Amino acid sequence: MSLALPDPDRAVLARRDDIVKQLAKLVPDAILITDVEGRRTFETDALTAYRCLPLAVVLPSSTEEVSKILRFCHENHVKVVPRGAGTSLAGGALPLEDAIVLCLSRMTKVLAIDVATRTARVEAGITNTGVTQAVAAQGFFYAPDPSSQIACTLGGNVATNSGGAHCLKYGVTVNNVQGVRLVLMDGEIVDIGGEHLDSSGYDFLALIVGSEGQLGVVTEATVHLIKAPEGARPVLLGFDSTEAAASCVGAIIAAGIVPVAIEFMDRPAIHVCEHFVAAGYPLDVEALLIVEVEGSDDEIEYLLEKIEEIARDHNPATIRRSQNAEESALIWKGRKAAFGAIGQLSDYYCMDGVIPLSKLPKALDEIGWICRKYRFDVANIFHAGDGNLHPLILYNANDPLQLERAEQCGAEILKLCVELGGCLTGEHGVGIEKRELMYVQYSDADLEQQMRVKTVFDPEWLLNPGKVFPLEGRPSQ
Amino acid sequence: MRLGFHAPETAEEFAHLVAEAVDTRTPLEVMGRGTKREIGRPVGSGSVVSTERMVGVPLYEPSELVLVAQAGTPLRQIETMLAENEQGLPFEPVDLGPILGYGPGEATIGGVVATNISGSRRVIAGAARDYVLGVKAVNGRGEIIKAGGRVMKNVTGYDIGRLLAGSWGTLAIMTEISLKVLPAQREIRTLLCFGLPDPTGVEALCLAMDTPFEVSGTVHMHAGLAKGLSHPDISGAGVSVTAIRVENFPASARYRASRLKQALAAYGPALELDTTGSRAFWEEIRTLKMFQGTKAPLWRISTTPSGASKLVAGLARKIEVRALYDWSGGLVWLETPPLTDAGAVEVRRTIAELGGHATLIRAEASTRGAIDIFQPLDPPIMALTTKLKQAFDPAGILNPGRMYQGL
Repeated sequence: MSLALPDPDRAVLARRDDIVKQLAKLVPDAILITDVEGRRTFETDALTAYRCLPLAVVLPSSTEEVSKILRFCHENHVKVVPRGAGTSLAGGALPLEDAIVLCLSRMTKVLAIDVATRTARVEAGITNTGVTQAVAAQGFFYAPDPSSQIACTLGGNVATNSGGAHCLKYGVTVNNVQGVRLVLMDGEIVDIGGEHLDSSGYDFLALIVGSEGQLGVVTEATVHLIKAPEGARPVLLGFDSTEAAASCVGAIIAAGIVPVAIEFMDRPAIHVCEHFVAAGYPLDVEALLIVEVEGSDDEIEYLLEKIEEIARDHNPATIRRSQNAEESALIWKGRKAAFGAIGQLSDYYCMDGVIPLSKLPKALDEIGWICRKYRFDVANIFHAGDGNLHPLILYNANDPLQLERAEQCGAEILKLCVELGGCLTGEHGVGIEKRELMYVQYSDADLEQQMRVKTVFDPEWLLNPGKVFPLEGRPSQ
Repeated sequence: MRLGFHAPETAEEFAHLVAEAVDTRTPLEVMGRGTKREIGRPVGSGSVVSTERMVGVPLYEPSELVLVAQAGTPLRQIETMLAENEQGLPFEPVDLGPILGYGPGEATIGGVVATNISGSRRVIAGAARDYVLGVKAVNGRGEIIKAGGRVMKNVTGYDIGRLLAGSWGTLAIMTEISLKVLPAQREIRTLLCFGLPDPTGVEALCLAMDTPFEVSGTVHMHAGLAKGLSHPDISGAGVSVTAIRVENFPASARYRASRLKQALAAYGPALELDTTGSRAFWEEIRTLKMFQGTKAPLWRISTTPSGASKLVAGLARKIEVRALYDWSGGLVWLETPPLTDAGAVEVRRTIAELGGHATLIRAEASTRGAIDIFQPLDPPIMALTTKLKQAFDPAGILNPGRMYQGL
């Protein structure tokens, strides 16, 4: 645990009882959690090494309640940590001792589905899968599909601009959300974007998506819906080297084919997943690609043939096309279960760096070397089409020394990603985890400009503070 | 500082120039090659700063689908380079040059991104801003800033790059832009229906979008506009024309066209264009050929498929209009008579009723100085807009007043 949380505001801590009492009166219909046991549930997110008991937790059920709560906190200088399902791997929803956790998990309604504009308006607490379930009957789906999609909320997806396996073709959250209802820290409710494809004036929506809950609290979103394809089918491509797999990915894309997904697993990841799900992955290869294409049967057939033809130029050890829907489901089940499967073997620390695709072999080589240097095993499983790496550093979380070493190891990997022309985080967000690494990627002027944007929306820095920006060098508050 | 025209060659020179402008309180009119200079409120500044000498493509990796271009690089140069590798800009930027009296392809990539003007493929592929991966820019303090990068996914800090897309040079001067590109489509088919009234035409477009065939172009135009196109069966039709585009590899494009024809049987698809014919047709849509050669006011209205034809019909009761619907009805290009306000009162009133927002793309300078060119914003959004402008350009020297009076 090498990252410090900002010093709590003693005056706020001293007024805790009074703040809680006033909140209870202000929003009588919201759920207010004040006891230690209840608050304990919210003390961490999926970056479990960091924990902090919040001042209180409040679960509103409407935008109006969110507005009242924020206005009250603004007037009383109380910090607010917005939260969805708490699946952040970067500590984005980590509470602070002097902060209220504002948890939107009760706001799960589907408010409208408009087939003509191909949009749905939903509350921010709905799960990612919940959106697709709500529109599936009309033949639509919502494209971003992060691994945590069963649990994570759409509001959280907006906060971290989530991607997922299928975003190579369909883009990430920012490309699939058309509007949000946003409550500013002073309680003002604003609608940004909506059912129109273009926004008028500045593109505030682009700022809100990926802002990690620091600019306002999103209570509703208008999402773009995509008509489901006629069918989809994956092919498994196994290779004896990561270089061969990586150059095959580049060749597929250069040939003008953009598969809906290209997933990459290295030997350790393949073995763990196969052991867990029996998906039929080849066990004698160094690298496995799951390449999926969509369309009618003939279209799928044509594309898979093309892809297999390209793969054959890269000396594949295995080419195995899924023969039916059950097999396809199993192939994806193995991939989607990867994090859980590895978690059964060992604690792991999941990284999220992005690199240019052409640097993939070099990056994997160096990552292997860095992990050996820190004496950790590593498993690699990621979205190869977009260069978003997820090295899993396997360590023992109960050993504080190992944890600190794992953090150092992770930081070195992320610095490598930036050196190779990439970035610190592709879809998990900066959170507290990568806060102090921001200067690796950005200059003073770059970060000051971003911080000035933060100040536009939240002049006193009350919303999700202590995240995204290095603790030093912030505007004095 | 020296008034007149400045065209720096490096980001550092831009930074220096802006810093000097701040010191001397000299407003700067920011542009690329000026092909969209007549859009927006006249800036009326003594100094013009152009990116036209920032030309070049420092990085293009076809196998990574990434291109990094200097902001002043002409769109034509980028599109040629992409075409040589069978790739393209997925958002199919509308080329406004020809309707504003300039040649085609002259716009710069910086100008395309700064105005976020996307073409017909936007309906499926997203807007220009969706393909911005990162930018380098000089803000109104004369600081060089970068945001995002050159990789596909990036949530490291706030997305300043996408914010600058569509900010019309009022927040910062972009000097370099990284874009995601995609493979070009090899085979194209266009289905055309004739004589459909507006609501029926838009209905057909929406029905086409409600199929899994990845329809990538959906326009419907009034008879008077169709007359301006080159294909004899279209220009000679004398009725409205509704067009739907599908693409992919050859067998797939043919399959999709045949399935769509069945789905749209009730609307009587009477003509099918092959790849060559389709390219010619959609290029004319992209350069707004039907609005070329006149100076009549032209509006670009964002609406919804369900509201579009009501909006046009509502306006048609008050003033004489000609409309091209794109984005399956989500966008309307509307020509109005040469009234002193370009029809602004009626356009704004109708939008207030039905929702949406309108930007005046073409009008005389006297008109542009007198009315709102961009849709007036709701007070809370306007307040944020003002504060955001200050966060980038506290001295208010970058394109002052171009989007909103006093900003």
